[in-house]
Amino acid sequence: MEPIIIEGTPKTPTVHFDSSQGVFKLEGRSIPENSVEFYKPLVDWLDQYKENPLPKTTVEVKLEYFNTSSSKCILDVFKKLEMIHKAKNDVEIKWYYEEDDEDMLEAGEDYESIIRVPFEMIEIVE
Amino acid sequence: MSFNVENYFKDLLTDDVIFSYKGDISSEVINLILDSVEQETEEANDPPRIRKKVYNVLVESLQNLYHHVDKPPEDFKDHDSKKYGMIVVKRNKKGYNITTSNFIAKGKIKNLEEKLDKINMSSAEEIKELYKFILHHQKISPKGGGGLGLVDIARKTGNILHYKFYDYNKHISIFKLSIDISALEKN
Repeated sequence: MEPIIIEGTPKTPTVHFDSSQGVFKLEGRSIPENSVEFYKPLVDWLDQYKENPLPKTTVEVKLEYFNTSSSKCILDVFKKLEMIHKAKNDVEIKWYYEEDDEDMLEAGEDYESIIRVPFEMIEIVE
Repeated sequence: MSFNVENYFKDLLTDDVIFSYKGDISSEVINLILDSVEQETEEANDPPRIRKKVYNVLVESLQNLYHHVDKPPEDFKDHDSKKYGMIVVKRNKKGYNITTSNFIAKGKIKNLEEKLDKINMSSAEEIKELYKFILHHQKISPKGGGGLGLVDIARKTGNILHYKFYDYNKHISIFKLSIDISALEKN
């Protein structure tokens, strides 16, 4: 499978999804006007990946900002991970949030309550 | 005579305004506004959590305009603009205020008003649950939002969403939304 490697922009995150490595990354700002356009390839990629996943997949989400339009797309990404997890593979989501950013921590907890995948909340201390 | 948008906008420009814009809300304009206000909040040396709230609310406010405004009426001077909106950002001792204004077809007012009233009558816990419910159950609209923007703003600010509709003509109104971001958080 071809990896997805996308450089971040002021409105879209850096993406590093590589099936040869078990750690996928989503990092930066996710505030595009059209989030579906940005996330659809990632969701499609995971759909393919789930057919033959690694025994352990870790997804690191380190977002500084995301808009509500991205929030649903991120949920779609997590739903794919949930399917991989359900098929008895090891999956973990590491949700990073900056010190004092309670909004970002709460956002992670929202996903944790919806998606049946182990989450780890990690505070980034400056 | 119809509603005077120029005077309405002028009246919004009080001494504590740090940023204002009226015109077409394109993706590029959104970038410029975000950069400009982000710089202002950095220079003001506000705590990061307040700066982040302002940024988040600004993103949602601008993208609400981008996705939902109605076209200006024919007799309006910028009637060619497809996404005409106004935004004013204020900073004072109490914190920040972001006020957006846009044209809205009168037929859409009832729905929007019901939504805003529902949010304003909900407790912080209810808003959190509402956010999660919409996130989980509502399909992404072609516009990408799915109606989370206002709920998110209310959740992040913990404040009432003040709004008002002004008659422009028989068919169109101006929708004003005023959002406070308190310097000292209540939550």
